[in-house]
Amino acid sequence: MKIAVCIKRTPDSESRFKIAPSGSSIDETGLKFDIDDFAGYAVEAALQINEKAGGGESVVIALGPDNVQESLRKAMSMGVDRAVHLKADAVPADGIAIAKALAAELAQGGYDLILFGKHSFDASSGVVGTATAELLGIPCVTAASELSVANGQGTARRELEGAAELVTFSLPAVVTIDEGVARPRYPSLKGIMAAKKKPLESKAANLGAVRMSVQKMELPPDRPAGRIIGEGVAAVPELVRLLQNEAKVI
Amino acid sequence: MANILVYAESRGDAPRKIAFEAVTAARALADATGGGEVHAVLAGSAGIGEKASLLGTYGADVVLVAESAEYATFARESIAATIAERAKSGGYRAVVLGFSAQGRDLGPRVAARLDAPIVSDVTEISVSGESLTVKHPAYANKVIVTLVITGAPVVISVRPSAFTAVETPREARTESLAAVPATGATITVTEVKEGAKGRPDLGEASIIVSGGRGLKAAENFKLVEDLADAFGHAAVGATRAVTDDGWRPHSDQIGQTGRQVSPQLYVAVGISGAIQHLAGMRTSKTIVAINKDKEAPIFKVADYGIVGDVLEVVPALTAAVRDARKGH
Repeated sequence: MKIAVCIKRTPDSESRFKIAPSGSSIDETGLKFDIDDFAGYAVEAALQINEKAGGGESVVIALGPDNVQESLRKAMSMGVDRAVHLKADAVPADGIAIAKALAAELAQGGYDLILFGKHSFDASSGVVGTATAELLGIPCVTAASELSVANGQGTARRELEGAAELVTFSLPAVVTIDEGVARPRYPSLKGIMAAKKKPLESKAANLGAVRMSVQKMELPPDRPAGRIIGEGVAAVPELVRLLQNEAKVI
Repeated sequence: MANILVYAESRGDAPRKIAFEAVTAARALADATGGGEVHAVLAGSAGIGEKASLLGTYGADVVLVAESAEYATFARESIAATIAERAKSGGYRAVVLGFSAQGRDLGPRVAARLDAPIVSDVTEISVSGESLTVKHPAYANKVIVTLVITGAPVVISVRPSAFTAVETPREARTESLAAVPATGATITVTEVKEGAKGRPDLGEASIIVSGGRGLKAAENFKLVEDLADAFGHAAVGATRAVTDDGWRPHSDQIGQTGRQVSPQLYVAVGISGAIQHLAGMRTSKTIVAINKDKEAPIFKVADYGIVGDVLEVVPALTAAVRDARKGH
């Protein structure tokens, strides 16, 4: 099966963030960047589907400045066959503009399956994958927590609030991947060496009009410092009193 | 003055809580533009129209009822097409949805169909002339981003619980809206699995009791369940460590890669407070933590902490909460 995985390069999600002096971006000094968490699950899912089928081709695609090539190489070191870099000075805030560039690239690729992470850590918007499917006019499962694909048919599970739905769909299709589908493997040394020789094609991204911009970024207000009210069972009556009289939640 | 279109999502035979919140947000946005109308799309199987007046309670002027046998399950492609067609013909300033399982799916579809910009998971909306300004927590709630969007319409999905549903009752006019069929291949729902009965969803609960590895064994999760029962209508959550170990289903996970919640009360039982977990619950109004390690990071965010063995403290708390509620 020919599978495309669209990935994003994002900062390590465990980082502590500072706002840059401009006030409209984070300070990237000292941050580690890697394939976004959910996109990493998508890469792993693609590799497993083709391994199970005993063949196929996987292609990883990223949009952004030259530093995204590092993430594309990482995906290839995990086992993806080749990469496409859609060059842009920056990743715009407008998800529809990104979806247009990806759809233009994907439309000519003849892919059976196109995977995305369900959202990226930094933008936390979950727009690009589903919008790309809509632009391509193919089915989309948004935020699949289970996925299996065989013989031109896919089945997936989506978590709803307090329920889940099981769905089937025909290929070609887009699936955006939630946690639970697959934990990404670590690249082997052999994989890292092989990735250096795998093809990475770089070309200009055909972005749509960008209609939104970041005016400001700020850190959320701090919570008041925590307070330990006591130890063991003896502290329970005081806790219940506080929940009743101070927090007023009982 | 501009009209706002809002998708009032339903499941089964009734609108969901997020529908009333989305209508409330749309009402405020219409008022901020100088008093336009709010038109709410209510889509479902036959009979859903009977619930139209509920949307008037929260400020809808017109309820557009789209009934279709196909809408018994979530027919995403057709619902997106129906919303987009109406948005095109109605000349709206914005299309508002909830950032829920349905809205996360529909929002990008509608925006792509309209070639409109979309902002997701929005917590505040303001209007300044031709542009809209919204706030959106990003970086797993660690950074608040303010975005300015030009053009119309703009698709906006609102974060659950960020806009408290406010009653501004009016007699909503009801109109029927033809369901636009999907074009092309669609996905088919083969089954809807209902979760545990009798508990609210994590995103909608006002009280959440959550358990971590400090419970030591899967069977001790019963203590968390019991405490949730003592509080009444409380939801039960878990840390990633616990869902990874299979003690609880993946859908119960609260944290950066799981659900992000902000209940009135969050009780963390045997949870150390890894950054990954804090990202999912730090915006809760009141946080209680019970943990044996007094250096655990959870105590830095807990309004009320008890240092102790959860296997002893939690049953005592359950009994005390039960007694306190009986006294009411």
